[in-house]
Amino acid sequence: MLTSDYVPGDSAVHRARPLIKVGLLFVFCTWLFLQEGWLSLSVAGMALAALLAVARIPPRMVFAAVRPALWVLGLIFLAQLFLADWRFAGFVVLRFAVMILAASLLTLTTRTSDLVEAIEGALSQFLPQRSAEAISLALSLCLRFIPRVRDIFDEVKNAQRARGLGTSWRALVTPTIVRALKSADEIARAIVARSPGPADGPAMPDGRHVR
Amino acid sequence: MIQLEGVTVRKGDTLILDAISVTLTERRIGIIGANGSGKSTFARLLNGLERPTTGTVRVDGQPTDRKSPLGKVGFVFQNPDNQIVMPLVDEDLAFGLRKSGLSKFEIGARVRSHLDRFGLTHLSERRTHELSGGEKQLVALIGVLVMEPAIIVLDEPTTLLDLRNRRILVSFLDRLDQTLIVVSHDLELMASMDRLIWIDERRIRGDGDAGDIVRAYREAIATEPC
Repeated sequence: MLTSDYVPGDSAVHRARPLIKVGLLFVFCTWLFLQEGWLSLSVAGMALAALLAVARIPPRMVFAAVRPALWVLGLIFLAQLFLADWRFAGFVVLRFAVMILAASLLTLTTRTSDLVEAIEGALSQFLPQRSAEAISLALSLCLRFIPRVRDIFDEVKNAQRARGLGTSWRALVTPTIVRALKSADEIARAIVARSPGPADGPAMPDGRHVR
Repeated sequence: MIQLEGVTVRKGDTLILDAISVTLTERRIGIIGANGSGKSTFARLLNGLERPTTGTVRVDGQPTDRKSPLGKVGFVFQNPDNQIVMPLVDEDLAFGLRKSGLSKFEIGARVRSHLDRFGLTHLSERRTHELSGGEKQLVALIGVLVMEPAIIVLDEPTTLLDLRNRRILVSFLDRLDQTLIVVSHDLELMASMDRLIWIDERRIRGDGDAGDIVRAYREAIATEPC
């Protein structure tokens, strides 16, 4: 859900206002979390499947949305298997999977800029405009740079393998973090360079404002 | 016009640029120099991303330490991955315009017209992290062009490109009306500039006709001990 895999489209799901979708997602997940019966889970699953069909989301995108969470779901299944029984473990895992898919339906059918704009609009009701802008910018940067950090991690991993360093976590994590931080400095400069605005605009990595 | 008068840049105890004075008026100006010579810092001075420790940088007469030249001087970074900040191409191109006072419709129209102009409309809804290196460099450049700056500074724009994408980028640059200031190791590109400045050991070592400077630069590198 935390990657931007927007699928262009003109369905009713695509056209719905982003803030309404966020609100419905919150209500849907809260309601589902409080349910403990297979019937409610089935109804939720079918409703979600119908919405995915209406939005014409390709099955491979649906699977891609859940795939990164499979290992977490596996761990939850094992924990519940230990604490309860296989039926309850299956129920809990399926409930989480439906929630993840519901969240993915939001990102698959909503452009990041629209989502960020909606969140910024909602936040500005409670926070100063500048704080709301900063939070929404941070959110969009997360969506943009998760794949970038993954690429950096893969590059470091391959470089370490090529040098015969195997699977040393220190050798993987340290260069990944250093490279990510160096990129962050350059990204901050780029944001400043691309953001003509008022004197209290974004700050440079050294903290000063260039305007 | 950009003027640098007695510009020195120092970071801690390290001298990056030393007493640079130059006036830039030509339409296509190249900056060459070895790694660590100070040419990227020189480029960043031109739009206020770096500030001189001493001396002044003026863009159209305005000192960069008083009023930012960012609106007038666009900057294309060496690595487009660090410049592209939004997940979709058209969202990224609209990023710099979000505080411009234009309506959402006008921003969309301007983004589309720039994509149309360079024949890149097909990239409009592509995910930015899935673009090729060449496409990313073009998107980064158009992200600056939509701001309609009078001057564009490009920091090593062809370094990460293969020959085909380099050719596409160079033909792009040829079609621009703006004043271009290009920092590069690409001597073929540099030889086509109206004026070339050679920065070496923190100072300007050569300044003038691009062909002459490239020849002098090649000779100097060839005679240096390895």
